[in-house]
Amino acid sequence: MSPVRDTPAVPATRTYAEVAVGDVLPDLTIPVTRTLIVATALASRDYQDVHHDPELARERGSKDIFMNILTSNGLVDRYVTGWAGPAAVVRAVRIRLGAPNHPGDTMVLTGTVTAKSDADRHVDIAVKGTNSLGAHVTGTVTVRLPGEVTP
Amino acid sequence: MTGREDTRQDTGYEERLRAFTGRELRPLTPAQDPVNQPMIRHWTEAMGDTNPVYTDAGAARATGRGGVVAPASMIQAWTMRGYAATVSPPAGRDGFDELVDLLDEGGYTSVVATDSEFTFLRELEPGDHVAVRESVESISAEKRTGLGTGRFVTTLKTYTDQHGETVATQRWRTLRFRPAPAPAPEPVAEPEPVEEPSPPPALRPRPAINRDNAFFFEGAKQHLLLIQRCAACSTLRHPPGPCCPECNSLEWDTVEASGRGHVYSYVVNHHPRHPAFDFPLVVAVVELAEGTRLITNLTGVAPDDVAIGMPVVLDWLDADPDLTLPVFRPAPTEAP
Repeated sequence: MSPVRDTPAVPATRTYAEVAVGDVLPDLTIPVTRTLIVATALASRDYQDVHHDPELARERGSKDIFMNILTSNGLVDRYVTGWAGPAAVVRAVRIRLGAPNHPGDTMVLTGTVTAKSDADRHVDIAVKGTNSLGAHVTGTVTVRLPGEVTP
Repeated sequence: MTGREDTRQDTGYEERLRAFTGRELRPLTPAQDPVNQPMIRHWTEAMGDTNPVYTDAGAARATGRGGVVAPASMIQAWTMRGYAATVSPPAGRDGFDELVDLLDEGGYTSVVATDSEFTFLRELEPGDHVAVRESVESISAEKRTGLGTGRFVTTLKTYTDQHGETVATQRWRTLRFRPAPAPAPEPVAEPEPVEEPSPPPALRPRPAINRDNAFFFEGAKQHLLLIQRCAACSTLRHPPGPCCPECNSLEWDTVEASGRGHVYSYVVNHHPRHPAFDFPLVVAVVELAEGTRLITNLTGVAPDDVAIGMPVVLDWLDADPDLTLPVFRPAPTEAP
């Protein structure tokens, strides 16, 4: 079953038993607009100029402003919990940053279930976010899934 | 590349850097505001996150929670210093400022965040008040990376709640590097100026991973150098294979290498040149203290200074997000 993303009131929740190692998450495409980079930087209270001021970003050696790491974490979190459903509890988010996300680019998030732990119902999902330059982010998210769907 | 001369920095500088290991960079600092619904909403709107447990108490209760919770990944945002302190930092210096000064002194004036590893112990709810402290886990030896020569600084941020209980930890790694002289540093910049769009950097050739050797490369990603061990007769072997050459057993496990060894043999490669490598390239056979040998690169040493029998220690080359490889550098000797 897949989460029902267009009816936010009752998105489906995935149970631990429904998930298998090797399951592939649907891609999530993120248009990396200038507004997104600035809005997420400010929502994460990151006022470093390289995330909102193109001239200063260029002075510091970038070709333009770029997405901050808190947002990469937030988008990876959103991607996995959006697939897992609202009952999932995030236990770990481990990421490595690569190519920057500049305005005008598009990032495609992909994911695969890599491990399950029956004792605590933890599920590991390997995640990768790729833009036109290469891998922006690679990492692993661990979520705890419910044993059964809550009524 | 400038690494060769730079690796011979005076030992005093190394000592001063090493003295930061374990040191607290920032004492426990409370967030400006407690966890609250408006900031959660700003975050979820900007991230495009429609999970209702962040904003709808009824939906949150339907999942077994007491009420709305904050997105796990938002925890760092609660403890950001905010606009005022960003544009005019408060007077007074802490350990962090001292470390930055020391890195500046070494020429490592640019910074890029490379890794963030969160572990969450519980979800945060409106009303929780987070505080964070940060200490140094390690400062790497000088490394050559795609961005330039630099050092990886790894810190641990510990997030606690209003009761002093730890709610999350975050291992945080930045690369402090010397900006490349010609084109501006850019995480994917090539040595020569290139027309946009920039092509990705040349990647090291991919290892041919199979079920026999996957453990080795998985271990490397976690900076663990693993040696295959026969489960029947305990003989160590490398390169990995399905069968013990001593007793023919197909059962095996692994042990972690100590990381010490010596140069068994080496060559200095000048040609042909592959764009992913720096030349001249020292390709060595290193014999580990455990007895197995592996083919690897030497780093932090000029080709002329390599000698057979030279003691070396393990280092890690994080070549790109998908590839981490063991390399070796000269073992530290007593200061002259």
